Amino acid sequence: MHITLKDIHKHYGKVHANDGISMEISEGTIHGILGENGAGKSTLMKILAGYARKTGGAILLDGKPVEYKGPSLATSLGIGMLYQDPLDFLSMTVLENFMMGRIRGFFGKEGLHRKRLLELSESFGFHMEPHRPVRELTVGERQQLELLRLLALGVEVLILDEPTTGISSLQREVLFGALRKLASQKKTILLVSHKLEDVEALCDKLTVLREGKVTGEMARPFDTPKLLGWMFGTVPAPPPCSTAKPGRITLSMEKVTGSGGRTGLRDCSVTIREGEVVGLAGLAGSGQDVFLRLASGLNRPGRGTIRIADRLMNGQDYHAFNARGVTFLPTARLEEGLIPGLTITEHFALQEKKGIRVPWQKAREQAGSRIEQFRIIGKPASTAESLSGGNQQRLLLSLMPIHPMILFLENPTRGLDMESVRWVWEHLMGYAAEGSSIVFSSAELEEILQVADRVLVFYNGAVVRDVKACDTDLDDLGRAIAGKV
Amino acid sequence: MPDDPKRTERIKKSLLEVLVMLVGVLCVTTLIILVAGAPPFEAFKYLLLGSVGSWIKIGQVLTGWIPLCLCACGLVYSFRVGLWNIGVEGQVVIGAICGTAVLRMGLENGSPTLMIMLAFLGGALGGGLWAVFTGFLKTKGGVNEIFGGLGLNFVAQGITLWLIFGPWKRPGVASMSGTELFSNELWLPTIRGLRLSPVGLALTIAVLLGTAWVLSRTRLGLALKGIGNNPRAAYLHGLKPNKYFIIAMGFAGACAGMAGTFQVTGVYHRLIPSISSNYGYLALLVVMLANYRIWGTPAIAFFFVCLNVGSIQLPMMLQVDSSLSGIVQGIFVLAALLLYAWRSRRSIKAF
Amino acid sequence: MSDVNIAIILGSIVAGAAPIVIAALGETISEKAGVINLSLDGSILLSAMVAFVVAFETKSVMLGFAGGAVAGALVAAVVGLFSIYLGQSQVAVGFVLTLTARDLAYFFGNPYARQYGPQMGPWPIPGLREIPFLGTVFFHHAVIIYLSMLMIAVCWWYMYRTPKGLRLRAVGEHPAAAYARGTDSRRIQMWYTVLGGLLVGIAGATFSLCTKSGWGRPQGAEGTGWIALAIVIFGGWHPAKVAFGAYLFSFLQVMGIQFQGWWPSIPAQVFQVAPFPLMIFTLLLMYAAQKGSDTGAERASPFLRRLISFLSGSPPGALGKSFRPE
Repeated sequence: MHITLKDIHKHYGKVHANDGISMEISEGTIHGILGENGAGKSTLMKILAGYARKTGGAILLDGKPVEYKGPSLATSLGIGMLYQDPLDFLSMTVLENFMMGRIRGFFGKEGLHRKRLLELSESFGFHMEPHRPVRELTVGERQQLELLRLLALGVEVLILDEPTTGISSLQREVLFGALRKLASQKKTILLVSHKLEDVEALCDKLTVLREGKVTGEMARPFDTPKLLGWMFGTVPAPPPCSTAKPGRITLSMEKVTGSGGRTGLRDCSVTIREGEVVGLAGLAGSGQDVFLRLASGLNRPGRGTIRIADRLMNGQDYHAFNARGVTFLPTARLEEGLIPGLTITEHFALQEKKGIRVPWQKAREQAGSRIEQFRIIGKPASTAESLSGGNQQRLLLSLMPIHPMILFLENPTRGLDMESVRWVWEHLMGYAAEGSSIVFSSAELEEILQVADRVLVFYNGAVVRDVKACDTDLDDLGRAIAGKV
Repeated sequence: MPDDPKRTERIKKSLLEVLVMLVGVLCVTTLIILVAGAPPFEAFKYLLLGSVGSWIKIGQVLTGWIPLCLCACGLVYSFRVGLWNIGVEGQVVIGAICGTAVLRMGLENGSPTLMIMLAFLGGALGGGLWAVFTGFLKTKGGVNEIFGGLGLNFVAQGITLWLIFGPWKRPGVASMSGTELFSNELWLPTIRGLRLSPVGLALTIAVLLGTAWVLSRTRLGLALKGIGNNPRAAYLHGLKPNKYFIIAMGFAGACAGMAGTFQVTGVYHRLIPSISSNYGYLALLVVMLANYRIWGTPAIAFFFVCLNVGSIQLPMMLQVDSSLSGIVQGIFVLAALLLYAWRSRRSIKAF
Repeated sequence: MSDVNIAIILGSIVAGAAPIVIAALGETISEKAGVINLSLDGSILLSAMVAFVVAFETKSVMLGFAGGAVAGALVAAVVGLFSIYLGQSQVAVGFVLTLTARDLAYFFGNPYARQYGPQMGPWPIPGLREIPFLGTVFFHHAVIIYLSMLMIAVCWWYMYRTPKGLRLRAVGEHPAAAYARGTDSRRIQMWYTVLGGLLVGIAGATFSLCTKSGWGRPQGAEGTGWIALAIVIFGGWHPAKVAFGAYLFSFLQVMGIQFQGWWPSIPAQVFQVAPFPLMIFTLLLMYAAQKGSDTGAERASPFLRRLISFLSGSPPGALGKSFRPE
């Protein structure tokens, strides 16, 4: 099936996730979609699969325009998608997951379906046990099952969203073999990925997205530097190396392994010192956020040791870390960081740890002075949810202790306007100058290169590069992020 | 001030909403009464006169208001922290049992005043511990507080029946009318003419004011509010949600326990199988209707008890069952739920 | 004790359990689809009243059952509407309705209290009833009792052996995934909530037209709904285990009187409230089993693990939460 996307637009509230995307995808090819976080790849594919609704533009299948109202129409037209987070039923068996959605009525012919499952599974070299509960399968096996299910439904177009995240290299090989076979059977395959290695190995043609637009298209053979440029754009030269000598060790992690997200974190050994500003680079879900939560004590590692200023912290919870000078700022400001329904004054009042009564006067004064100091647009009586994103971030920062030892920030400038971004970094640099360690994750490589002294690149759950910012550049980092170390 | 016109707009809208709700409830109630074959106007008249038509009636209403309000105060704590304390019924019962246990120790151990005070203390302690147990089942055992509370309600009821028919049974034949009556000194003193206990009133008002104070002026109240609104963020702010779940349950159970003791010493003067008079469950409805805040609670509780007391005459006067009061209460809460749904739909559309 | 006595006792256990079995099966269906119907207790009373009144007025037991079924379905529909489509808490709505439905039952049933109405009498199955012992136990009952036993098998077969049942379980487990496969999860949830309520209505009708026939205040069915809720959890949301729980409860009720004679030190109330501590125990087991699997309980013996997972079962993934499509 030949797919044409014409001028696709998608708005999520104010966010313009897809901004006029046009693409042609030929039948019987493996077509790769590359891009950074937030480039709009997943959104575009969800629209094609019917799971999300486009706000503008047209989709043509074999030259005929189609309008979706839900996933079922897409499926009946022969388009199926393997989502990043498997949408399956953990408490049911392999066979039941295979059948669900396909069979109707009161009498399902289980025997027939089982035969089909085993047939298909054999032909691709997968090993499926029909009566095993799905919760016992690995992510790779669950993916294989989804693939078989979609094929049994007779899909002609298969969309895979970041399929190789969190699966073993052996499973990856098996998956690639299956995809090549399907392409040779005249099926169309769309592969969404940030991993250059994978798409270069598998795809016939690549489209690169950046900030909701198409920045370039290329057929085999691939020119890696050009692709990286399309993915990440260009950036002014990084500031010169700082000559300041970092101080004592504040955080020391040795061979820390933990679970979380799709990849978890494996064997991470990192040391961070006073005054250092460390940026965590990598595509979403590569392990940076797991790192932040393990290092701040929110999650417990499965293996390894964590020390805060020479003190072993294994087994302790976030409050203990907090007492030692660690503060964590989540990216989901209203869902995780602030308390909706509480005013600014009340947030400050919560910090008071002594006494029975709330010192309202003191809290109000403190709120007032911090509002001024941090230039928050709001009054002490404003509720957290009434503030804009930028002001919520300022509020979160203002609630922190004045001299934190280490600050862990998850995507601190996400969704902020330029002025707020500038202000946040000015403020954080002030802390660094006084000796605090700042560790932050960011989706913008430019941001990391401009403010950080040091960059840790995460790929597939491990730190693949640990380098001083002045010793690296965009190309180098982009390569590492995409898995080409 | 640019805020004022918006504010008056909002107040006008709220008043309109409440008016629509009242009219709706009135219509549905009238319909129900008509279907049952009774004259609606008469029914409303009896409800009104039967509850506030005379001082004796008002005294009766207030006697019911006391335990209902106490339970509701307790529930404001548990709702504040985000828990569904359906176990409140059992907490009332256990409080009643503990109060009875103390009073059974008799007058040899102290003056009536002391014994009654100890009884209330015992009731608060018993109810509180029963609730804390439900809380631990949740925090340490993963048992949802709805089912934990429900199960313990029935266990409490079972314990009551066992006591009434077993160790505490009346001399002679054990009967459903409960244990032996306490001697007169152990009855809560009442105002002459009315059967209303000033001690009970004072206690309830004290608990009401105390609850309002705790929730709005203390760190505990603020912590409960923070955890109820966003437990994850509250954790990041240094609070431990599990600890506060237990504390809130403790408060809820203590208030409910005192309500139970009041039932024993101020109303029935003995332990009977239905000692709670369903005030626990009714208190849940009261707080739901008050939108989970303390401010509307006393008035709504008063209104609900008026309905209960007023409907007592209905079987005699109009040959309809007195459960009409329960129906009206339920319809009010359902209407309130519709209102909340309407409001949230409106605020989504506003974006 | 003579053989005949035991057979009669067992027979009364089977008969007494019937309404609980039906109600618990109905609630299992509803919760398996992800919706808790906390109004069970009031719903049973309301449908018992409606069934009795309809049967009384029309002189037809069949119509009485139909009336009860409709009443139960309507209450469940309100729960479904408020929670699935209006986004209110299932617990809140269900709880209010349990009280209100009970009050409606007493209010409208008042004129019919202590009246003598049609009953469903026993209908011994010719042939089968001659079987010694088993005949008395199983085949000497009213039609609805036979139906209750049949329902267990039908419910199990439907849920685990048909495509429709597969869809039911899928929706209750992960409505978003079901949506991705083209299912209207909300409509399915509403449908099964109402179906569950229908069964609850039939259970209520069974009370007033068969097991504890007649209407009054109290009727005798009070508290059954809460017990059924507890049994659904105890049975791990599986029809066969839930039915087992219902029969166990009926056994404890009937034998409670017998046991009094043998073990006078154990109070009768222990048997009456037994389902609830059992339910709490089951919930604790489920939690322990889940905790164990999280922290890698490969150390525990496989037998122990299988035993725990058999005894506990797990709640449907989406129970109590409302689903909103993107």
